[in-house]
Amino acid sequence: MHQREAKSDLASSGGARGGKLALDAAQASPTPAIAATARIVARLKDLPGPLLPVLHEVQHELGCIPAEAVQTIAEALNLSRAEVHGVITFYPHFRSEPAARHTLEVCRAESCQAMGGEHLAAHARTALGCDFHASTADGNFTLEPVYCLGLCAQSPAVMIDGQPHARVTPDKLDRLLTRTLEASS
Amino acid sequence: MTAPVVIYVPRDAAALAMDADAVARGIERAADERGLSVQVVRNGSRGLLWLEPLVEVATPDGRVAYGPVAPEDVAALFDAGWLTGGAHPLRLGLTEDIPYLKHQERLTFARVGIIDPLSLQDYAAHGGLAGLKRALAMEPAQIVDEMVTSGLRGRGGAAFPTGIKWKTVAGSPSDQKYIVCNADEGDSGTFADRLLMEGDPYVLIEGMTIAGLAVGATYGYIYVRSEYPHAIATLEAAIARARSVGWLGSDVHGSGRVFDLEVRKGAGAYICGEETSLLESLEGKRGVVRAKPPLPAISGLFGKPTVINNVISLATVPIILAKGAAYYRDYGVGRSHGTLPFQLAGNLKQGGLVEKAFGLSLRDLLYEFGGGSASGRPLRAVQVGGPLGAYLPESQWDVPLDYEAYIQISAMIGHGGLVAFDDTVDMARMARYAMEFCAIESCGKCTPCRIGSTRGVETLDKIATGDASQREQQVHLLRDLCDTMMGGSLCALGGMAPYPVLSALNHFPQDFGIESSQSAAHAA
Repeated sequence: MHQREAKSDLASSGGARGGKLALDAAQASPTPAIAATARIVARLKDLPGPLLPVLHEVQHELGCIPAEAVQTIAEALNLSRAEVHGVITFYPHFRSEPAARHTLEVCRAESCQAMGGEHLAAHARTALGCDFHASTADGNFTLEPVYCLGLCAQSPAVMIDGQPHARVTPDKLDRLLTRTLEASS
Repeated sequence: MTAPVVIYVPRDAAALAMDADAVARGIERAADERGLSVQVVRNGSRGLLWLEPLVEVATPDGRVAYGPVAPEDVAALFDAGWLTGGAHPLRLGLTEDIPYLKHQERLTFARVGIIDPLSLQDYAAHGGLAGLKRALAMEPAQIVDEMVTSGLRGRGGAAFPTGIKWKTVAGSPSDQKYIVCNADEGDSGTFADRLLMEGDPYVLIEGMTIAGLAVGATYGYIYVRSEYPHAIATLEAAIARARSVGWLGSDVHGSGRVFDLEVRKGAGAYICGEETSLLESLEGKRGVVRAKPPLPAISGLFGKPTVINNVISLATVPIILAKGAAYYRDYGVGRSHGTLPFQLAGNLKQGGLVEKAFGLSLRDLLYEFGGGSASGRPLRAVQVGGPLGAYLPESQWDVPLDYEAYIQISAMIGHGGLVAFDDTVDMARMARYAMEFCAIESCGKCTPCRIGSTRGVETLDKIATGDASQREQQVHLLRDLCDTMMGGSLCALGGMAPYPVLSALNHFPQDFGIESSQSAAHAA
């Protein structure tokens, strides 16, 4: 039987959706983000319910989930781009733009509020000179709210680059931010 | 050569957040400099969280606690001879004799803080695996009966009888069934799941394995929120070790039975703590709530019969099997059997984890254990059961902690978390926050929750800042809105967000600028 040759442009069309072809082509892509995404998808696509693990890995490797990765993920998992976009935007953890060099997450939930969390949040805004969901002008810090770090008996709590800190006063926050910058410089 | 002195420095995030890693390094360095032989073991947290990092030294008389230990205290502790239990201002005596711990009834948390969480030997030596070994010798139906008899109810908040849920799954024939552990502990004021996962991961693995045997499921997922990176790392390491020694896999403990599991990471959506939304998320979709029926027990993950239980429920299964249903059932009051790990948070001097049988009062927890407010000011309100739980005024602090008694006062025990506020709290602001939180976290599927929460924020703003003559009307509107949300929402997020709002309004009307008589008429 005659084996039909697949045309290279099939990789970006519906014809190759969910298939090996789309992934092979994407892994060879000159765009690093697409190639990296394709490698991740190739590794994880056979998991049951692979989308969240894929998105976590892509964000871990690329720092965010860029628009060009969405197309690759959608094709390889046989989803529409709208579906993938919908999932990315539903979950606050996923971001389409890279964060600054460091991420400061300040807990805004009730227990921290009971211990001066609102005051701390206001101080974080002033100290960094940016609002929540935004980054400082120098690209050093992204400020994010978080709804509970599970350190409620030691409120208020923050997380800096994944490291938890408890009983945080404005002074302690200033020291932590300085220490973070010093450690990375 | 003498054996090294064992020093326990917790590896729990609560201790890490107070510099426990630096303390552990400092101890090793100081011991080295002094030519002393010590072995630092990284245990879980004892749950005395105001004392973290709580360092324990193993002496011939028992484990002696020192805390809270800062890195700069280490040298002085060595000078004080702490390796033999020497006196020092931070010395707390034998850990087991600290009243906070001594007065607890630790069943689910029996090993947490005592063992090295990842040590298979420690786990087996401290009573682990006894439940599973008994379960392996039983018929699946007997295991389910044991769970029904124990009276265990879902510890995630909904308090549905765990055994009944299992019975439904066991009775639903299918080629594949799943055990899903809900570890999306998003409620403020709760950390029991996290302490357990970081302090005794094998008990959760054992509980899920028993659940698998009982209902005929061969695969499990633990859905952990991304805000808990340390819990995720601990669970993953524990699963790998359990698999390597045959506690998980195709021949569980040499029984020929199959059970394996994996960790899946959430992505910051509070709603994914709702069971059907969690299942959607596991399937790789937006965490949008499903309409019930069908129940997950009949059509759950990937459309298959699924047991979905909270961490604490599943981690309590091994002790029920090990000691028998009656042993567990005899704790507690009324239809609230067993123990609940209460979590003391917010403005309390001694925040932490208190596992006690149901039936004690909030006042006991706040003052006997919590030691009153951290700020030194009088306590005013306590939110019990997370962001969707009611605010309780002092007049309700003597109601026994029992699921049914709490329902009677329009409150809920939920996951057992309580957040205390002193008299500086503005309850109108807390009510607004409850609506705002619901608006932020709503999945958007049903209108009462999606739109109602936003309208609720607006109405509360009008009450706070608007024309005083319109206030009564706005309060009326707010109550009407709450009624719609409670009656018309698809899940507990929209259905229960009115609880904190209405309780604040009913018990603290002065904060809303309204007459108490006006509010009391509605509350009656």
